[in-house]
Amino acid sequence: MADLASRLDVLKTYKLFIDGKFPRSESGRSWLVSNAKGRVVAHACRASRKDLRDAVEAARKAQPGWAAATAYLRGQILYRMAEMLEGKRRELAEAILATGAAGTARGAAREVAVAIDRLVHYAGWSDKFSQALGCHNPVSGPYYNFTIAEPSGVIAVVPPDESPLLALVSLAAPALCAGNTVVALCSGTNPIPAAVLGEVCATGDLPPGVLNLLTGEREELLKFISEHRDIDGVHAANLRADQAATLRLGAAENLKRVTVRERVDWFDESQCHSPWWIEPLVEMKTVWHPASA
Amino acid sequence: MGKPAVNGENGVRTATVSVRQGSESRAFAGAWAGNYAPAPETVKISIRPRYELFVAGKWSAPKGGGEKYFPTINPANENTLAEIAQGTERDVDGAVKAARTALPKWSALKPVERAKYLFRIARRIQERARELAVLETLDSGKPIKESRDVDVPLVAAHFFYHAGWADKLAYAFAGKTPKPVGVCGQIIPWNFPLLMAAWKIAPALACGNTVVLKPAETTPLTALRLAEILEEVELPPGVVNIVTGDGRTGAALVAHPEVDKIAFTGSTDVGKRIARASAAAGKKLTLELGGKSPHIIFEDASLDQAVEGIVSGIYFNQGEVCCAGSRLFVQESILDLVVRKLEIRMASLRVGDPMDKNTDVGAVNSRQQLETVKKYLRLGREEGARLRVPGSTHGGSASADGEALDPTMGMPEKGFWCRPCFFTGVQPSHTIAREEIFGPVLSVMSFRTPDEAILRANNTPYGLAAGVWTDKGSKIFDTAGKLKAGVIWCNTYNKFDPASPFGGYKESGFGREGGVQGLRAYVRL
Repeated sequence: MADLASRLDVLKTYKLFIDGKFPRSESGRSWLVSNAKGRVVAHACRASRKDLRDAVEAARKAQPGWAAATAYLRGQILYRMAEMLEGKRRELAEAILATGAAGTARGAAREVAVAIDRLVHYAGWSDKFSQALGCHNPVSGPYYNFTIAEPSGVIAVVPPDESPLLALVSLAAPALCAGNTVVALCSGTNPIPAAVLGEVCATGDLPPGVLNLLTGEREELLKFISEHRDIDGVHAANLRADQAATLRLGAAENLKRVTVRERVDWFDESQCHSPWWIEPLVEMKTVWHPASA
Repeated sequence: MGKPAVNGENGVRTATVSVRQGSESRAFAGAWAGNYAPAPETVKISIRPRYELFVAGKWSAPKGGGEKYFPTINPANENTLAEIAQGTERDVDGAVKAARTALPKWSALKPVERAKYLFRIARRIQERARELAVLETLDSGKPIKESRDVDVPLVAAHFFYHAGWADKLAYAFAGKTPKPVGVCGQIIPWNFPLLMAAWKIAPALACGNTVVLKPAETTPLTALRLAEILEEVELPPGVVNIVTGDGRTGAALVAHPEVDKIAFTGSTDVGKRIARASAAAGKKLTLELGGKSPHIIFEDASLDQAVEGIVSGIYFNQGEVCCAGSRLFVQESILDLVVRKLEIRMASLRVGDPMDKNTDVGAVNSRQQLETVKKYLRLGREEGARLRVPGSTHGGSASADGEALDPTMGMPEKGFWCRPCFFTGVQPSHTIAREEIFGPVLSVMSFRTPDEAILRANNTPYGLAAGVWTDKGSKIFDTAGKLKAGVIWCNTYNKFDPASPFGGYKESGFGREGGVQGLRAYVRL
């Protein structure tokens, strides 16, 4: 029988998740993810500007199909994601704790549970948000006039380093349920839960390119995200003021919509469960048609 | 000030200039093709020789050095209408402080009381409608028919609609308790001067915010007349402040640290500059910017109605409309027919004195804008498109298809003029097919299949509006769904209503104005 104490761990390299595949960074860069004691627990890929471009390209390609899928189908696929996560609760909790920075086992289990519930919540919004946000408009004249909510397109999701699974899911799910595709820049301090989420997506029903996950250096990638001309909007939270300013400044280039939420408590459902988290990620389209013969 | 208006004389104590209206119609009589009897609007209005800034409920002279006043002119004859104050950084600061001071009381006012102020404003606008229309036409060059029948009625309607929202905001935002944003800096353009003021001020006040408004440099008069109305209805001082001036005044407003929100309507270029300038402070921002809106005519459309739609789509307000249907896509099978019908219809458009009640197309707003239009007319020809100016024989030898005519010729010497015209033979790569002209210049292109129409329509960084004409219902909804634009007019064009949200996709800006969705920009949730 092998001596477990002296066995050398097989350290996994967590890769990027782009277009339903798991590439290493084209730059060849990676970094060592260590725990609080300084022990290396995994390797992660450090995404480059080119990886971001590839991810946006995949998201753009996938977007029309995802938006054209019935709301019912999008809801089911997101719910399926929740089902898949439910089966991996232990692995996800371990991933959250892997770097040792994020508290107790109970806390990690709670984060996983809330993240799954959040996904369930937004799965249910997919065929309701346009009813909550759109309407018929009583114009003064013989016209039929209504306003519908359409997805903005490709959304860059920028969660903070904290709550590495829950923050990512909380910012991505509102975008996905509305028919947007997502490129997410995951936690810089603990990329492992995001990587596990990618592995879950790959075995679920989410079409390739709908959710793309990048791990890497936040300071390096924020500017590239803000300036990328094929990103339509940004959904971020709990960033430093200078990071938010970087996003807004670069976003002016193509007038992408930037939402940087402040002081979000990820465990507070009254804050995080709302159609008003979907609203900044959709465009309001108003259609007129004469109603007189 | 504050005396109720009597017969359009607004209790103005200062000397007034009377505006001669008949003589301009005579000057035009020989200038246009048809020989129509003039039908000038005869309502006399008074304009003060000089207007100060409206800050904290008082009229005050600009503070600080430099040029203190600039003239605003009538673009139809270049006569000076009045001198306007050039608001300085200090003036903007004073206005923002006044708005800040007024904010706690105004936002804490019982909502139904706030509503009643807005209802009062709407009523006074209705009562002074003719005067406002005349003033708008004098200052902007738009036909009196449009300011009287479109702009001013919509202004009153806009205040009336938003008045009702003031005490119902909780119903607009499910599950939330909306709160005001604070002090709103609002910068508006010259194409619909008073209407844009209404679009900005009405929702801001309904939601409990206070306002600093910067009207456009060339068209400040109706906003200043609105200030007189705000005095009449006894709106509390500082709730709305109006600071006139040029771009420097606007820049000072954007840069002011105590402004919580910026709302801007204007060019995409300036919009991007504002987005950059407010990035660090993270001010709430809404932008309603330029467009190059596609107008698609399918072969199964009702063509005569479609031609009316094309005309109102691009020649309404001299084409100085951000949502103008400036890229016409006609299905190939009906291209020649539509162009012929369009020429016949356009030949009967009356270009001339904006104050004449029969005028369809008035004066271009400014010399600068006319130069911009001329630049694109030149570029269009240079890049190989063919210009047509139906109904005109000026500016060149009239060939069979009216090519090589100059739409800016054959008009009165004074004032800024451009006849409605269009280009054929336009390629998607042509400058006139890509950039916003903001004038009565249409680019006509063709397509074969619905997919091609949608692809080409969406091939632009803009996304403000779009038009589609077909009598087939399923095709209407299919096309409307696929066009990337904030407003889709189906079998109609250029319709506006306070209950209907307006605003763009992509680089046409973000945020909506009007409707329940328009309230979002003026509340914190």
